Amino acid sequence: MTSPGDSGGRETWPLWEVFIRSSRGLSHVHAGSLHAPDETMAVRNARDLYTRRAEGVSIWVVRASDITSSDPDAKGEFFESPQGKEYRHATYYKESEAVPHL
Amino acid sequence: MTAVQPALPEEKSAEGSVDQRREFDRLIDADMRIEPRDWMPDAYRKTLIRQISQHAHSEIIGMQPEGNWITRAPSLKRKAILMAKVQDEAGHGLYLYSAAQTLGIDRETMFEQLVTGAAKYSSIFNYTTPTWADMGSIGWLVDGAAICNQVPLCRASYGPYGRAMTRICKEESFHQRQGFEILLELMRGTDAQKAMAQESVNRWYAPALMMFGPPDEDSPNSQRSMAWKIKRFSNDDLRQRFVDMLVPQAEVLGITLPDPDIKWNEERGHYDFGPLDWDEFYEVLAGRGQANAVRVARRKKAHEDGAWVREAARACADAQAAERMAS
Repeated sequence: MTSPGDSGGRETWPLWEVFIRSSRGLSHVHAGSLHAPDETMAVRNARDLYTRRAEGVSIWVVRASDITSSDPDAKGEFFESPQGKEYRHATYYKESEAVPHL
Repeated sequence: MTAVQPALPEEKSAEGSVDQRREFDRLIDADMRIEPRDWMPDAYRKTLIRQISQHAHSEIIGMQPEGNWITRAPSLKRKAILMAKVQDEAGHGLYLYSAAQTLGIDRETMFEQLVTGAAKYSSIFNYTTPTWADMGSIGWLVDGAAICNQVPLCRASYGPYGRAMTRICKEESFHQRQGFEILLELMRGTDAQKAMAQESVNRWYAPALMMFGPPDEDSPNSQRSMAWKIKRFSNDDLRQRFVDMLVPQAEVLGITLPDPDIKWNEERGHYDFGPLDWDEFYEVLAGRGQANAVRVARRKKAHEDGAWVREAARACADAQAAERMAS
């Protein structure tokens, strides 16, 4: 029980999370997960499972158990409220609104 | 930051705090998504596991009736198409098993539930495929019904399920079209070919309509699933939508749908259609269909026959990892 999709130790092969770059210039995005004995097979299985229609030009795989994430129950404290920090957005600055190219 | 440690399903089965329940309800009401590590009611989790795993099993078992025709497809093109379709079904099964796993069930357990009969799969796959035209009927009617069912599931309230369904729906539309074209080609052929297409549609039409599940008044879990926004439309609404789509498509094919009661109802703005034989549905569900035993036995055998491959690959990976550690 170490990641969102890794539910236990009964399985012969570990679980891998798959990230696909759909085309040059874009980031790798999480596509899903799969089981594979090692990283080489994980990449090959990911190709067969997630890119049957040319959905990607590059694949990352990472063992699900190696992912660390934030605590889902600590949303409030951990992701500090943006309240009172409107000045971080361009829309906060009204005086310059009518000025061209600003 | 903490290491990812989702609570065990048992721990999550607790009632949940007032705040947790309120947050869950708020997300559902706001039409937002529930994600794997959020608190969720135990019944929501169980309903999803049942529905998603049943869906995954259907994809995997669904490979068999069509796999039956790969070696006998009438041309190289048809063979390649059928192989791609069966490969897609394997993929769809895997997407869904992954989604189910995020709810805290492992794949071995799901496999056991399938082969012991504890988990169901769509009854439609317990019908046999004696003719080539059945490949057309499965694509047009069975995949057509599946798409009707699945498109609203892309908006299911559980994130991983919705995402898997989006991927599946994108791929599924070719399945329906290729089936339609198989039938169209037969309907443009000899009298014998036309008869084969018609005979096949006669067999698949009613079972395809029953894929949406029992009538609303006999589907007690539907209401709750709809309240949770797992299900978006009732069984009968989806069935009606499907019939409304089929009638004009059958006209293009020149095929007769085997229901004399089909008639446009101006007032309702829908096609009326005749009653379905739900006794047959429950018989197949209870394991007394044409191929229930064969389907499960074959799945079990394939899994067992592959055991040495899984173990050997694991041993090889372990040995290579040990080698890397040593060097």
